[in-house]
Amino acid sequence: MDFNDSPAEAGFRAEARAFLERHTELLAPGETPPGPFIGEDPEAVRRSQAWQALKFDNGWACLTWPTGFGGRGLGPMEQVIWTQEELRYRTPVNIFSIGIGMLGPTLMKHGTHGQKTRHLRKMARGDEVWCQLFSEPGAGSDVAGLTTRARRDGADWLLEGQKTWNTGAHFCKWGVIIVRTDPAAPKHKGLTCFIVDMHSPGIEIRPIRQMDGGSGFNDVFFSGVRVSDENRVGAVDDGWRVAITTLMNERAAIGARGMTGFGPADLVRLAREAHGPRGKAIEDSAVRARIADFHVRSAGLRYTTYRTLTALSRGETPGPENSIHKLVGAPLRQQMAALGVELQGQAGAAMDPGYGAQAAWLAAPGMRLAGGTDEIMRNIIAERVLGLPAEPRTDKDLPFAAMRGNRS
Amino acid sequence: MNFDFSEEQKLLRTIARDYLEDRAPLGLARSVLESQAPMSGELWEGAAEMGWLGAVIPESCGGAGFGHAELVLIAEELGRALAPIPFVTSAAVAEAILVAGTDEQRRRYLPGFAAGERIGTLALAEARGVVRPESVRTRHRGDGTLAGTKVGAPDGAAANLALVVARDDSGRLVLVLAELEEAVRTVDESIDPSRPSAGFTFDGTPAEPLGNGEEDGWRVLRRVLDRAAVVQAFEQLGTAQRAFDLTREQILDRHAFGRPIGSFQAIKHRMSDLYAALEIARSNCYFAAWALANDGPGLALAACTARVAATEACNEASVEMVQLFGGAGFTWELDCHLFYRRAQNLALALGPPGEWRDRLVDRLAVDHGLDASGRTEPAAAG
Repeated sequence: MDFNDSPAEAGFRAEARAFLERHTELLAPGETPPGPFIGEDPEAVRRSQAWQALKFDNGWACLTWPTGFGGRGLGPMEQVIWTQEELRYRTPVNIFSIGIGMLGPTLMKHGTHGQKTRHLRKMARGDEVWCQLFSEPGAGSDVAGLTTRARRDGADWLLEGQKTWNTGAHFCKWGVIIVRTDPAAPKHKGLTCFIVDMHSPGIEIRPIRQMDGGSGFNDVFFSGVRVSDENRVGAVDDGWRVAITTLMNERAAIGARGMTGFGPADLVRLAREAHGPRGKAIEDSAVRARIADFHVRSAGLRYTTYRTLTALSRGETPGPENSIHKLVGAPLRQQMAALGVELQGQAGAAMDPGYGAQAAWLAAPGMRLAGGTDEIMRNIIAERVLGLPAEPRTDKDLPFAAMRGNRS
Repeated sequence: MNFDFSEEQKLLRTIARDYLEDRAPLGLARSVLESQAPMSGELWEGAAEMGWLGAVIPESCGGAGFGHAELVLIAEELGRALAPIPFVTSAAVAEAILVAGTDEQRRRYLPGFAAGERIGTLALAEARGVVRPESVRTRHRGDGTLAGTKVGAPDGAAANLALVVARDDSGRLVLVLAELEEAVRTVDESIDPSRPSAGFTFDGTPAEPLGNGEEDGWRVLRRVLDRAAVVQAFEQLGTAQRAFDLTREQILDRHAFGRPIGSFQAIKHRMSDLYAALEIARSNCYFAAWALANDGPGLALAACTARVAATEACNEASVEMVQLFGGAGFTWELDCHLFYRRAQNLALALGPPGEWRDRLVDRLAVDHGLDASGRTEPAAAG
């Protein structure tokens, strides 16, 4: 066992560092890389796009994409090394991961030649930013139950309905949307995928105010939005297959970022400072036991990533252990933040930018819901990793329109 | 990045697994459990012949001279087999002699460990509860004899040499090696009779200090226990994984309400959580194995972390095993109780989980440059 790069990996890392050194600087000690969200600030979007263009022009964008589409055709290990290095430097928010990580590969697999040549290079360079329009108020975990409709209108389609939990609609040029084209078919069989110009008439974007006060997502309303049939991705009524490609790419993301934010070491600091019922909180064995369990899970996730990277480094497919990150990490963050608030006693009721426990606690529920709820993650592990029987799906073969509660 | 065992090490694991599938089916643990025997003598001899008992003992001392990566993989396979032999406990004593003994002690004791003639135990506790420096009353007197009583020594029924924590005449804590044929042994009615513990009364029992006796005995003990904890974490991991695998087979096989019970979400979700706990334990064990093999400064924290994670996974897996096997799981005939008993036995053998959680937080503080909270326990060596 060793944690060193192979000579080839070390060479690649040195190249990445040389590029980053030339164009930016290391984060200061204690400074964290920016989170994934961006607000309404057009200047922030411009900075992100400028950084992406610089990366693209120097061969550091879309490392795993084929060279024909503006990538470098490298493996996931190089991508991880690049991400590890980029996170050490001061760079703008990355607003391209949904496009480049999920939608680009979807277009490569299901798009027409025209769509690929029109879109992929501009996506890769960040000239045009992309967003995803899958979830709906009535279709979250069961996203195939969506009811946004597309009806033919001559050579075009007219879109009607509402999407939610969208990231970035307000600064994106393009969206990839899944809509229902045949309500008489069973729910997975009447869906179609389109590329939609986010500046089209009839689109209204409203930020969602989250429970923590932030606004990282949008509701997006479609009222008679016209989409040309040229922008259809895949066959009519075959959109579920396209959606699956996107979702698989979402799940394949490797956790190079690791656990950041309020963690076990912060709890130790806080518990040494704050008083418990007898002496400092750090002397309270109940507090100690909880911190110990948090560290076990936090360290366990870090070393699980090492196992995954080892497989990638050897050109092997990572094992199923990679599937536990979200299920373990999301509740862990919530529990750590909750203890951080609790240890502060009555003072804990006030937002405290010092440790940031309150903000982490308020944001934590979102982590357990986004990109597959804890409950869905448990189903996925049970079925795909452990080979346990799938959930009974009573609506699988029935016409979608006939199901209770579905109107479209 | 190479966070994995080598091909040679994996081959050794495969050989161990094949050997144990042949020689140590679960029926072997049951046969010891249902008898008065302290262990399977036949499997112990086999382990000696395979070179396992001398895995980390240098060839110059009669060992196989592998390394700690090999040692932990053997421990994992023995855990998977619920092997009724005191492998990890005895290895802990051999390891203590290896890291803290004199050259002369290594030459005198270690060949016996490698050959299986020496079987070690850890005689630490004297009463209910966690072993603390203040709770040690056993005396190692100036004439080189021990006086005192120890309880719950892991694998104490099978052992013939004990590593004992005691006080010398000046009140200093010392670690000594005691020949158990000179002590009065009381074999416990164990919660896990496949690996029975024992109590010892020393009254004029000859015992020699481990090493030259200059280093603080408590400090050496913590170091010995950290190293043993890594090895035992792998044993726990093996046991947990086997319990999990058998449970998975059972819930796919067993039907109720017209479906395999493994199709019910109430059960699927528990299995997913258990799977996550197992993988967390496995990853922490791998890191601790690396820290042990490299003897780096992170070993103490890594050992605590692996120990807590593996104890948790092993306890959970065995508890869920009984529950998910249903009524049959509560019968003597099924093997569930072997796992349930073994998991708890291993959880206590090197000190209970609460003690390791407590130490983990001390080490976490130290590794982040913080004082460990001003309590009195001397910092363990890394």
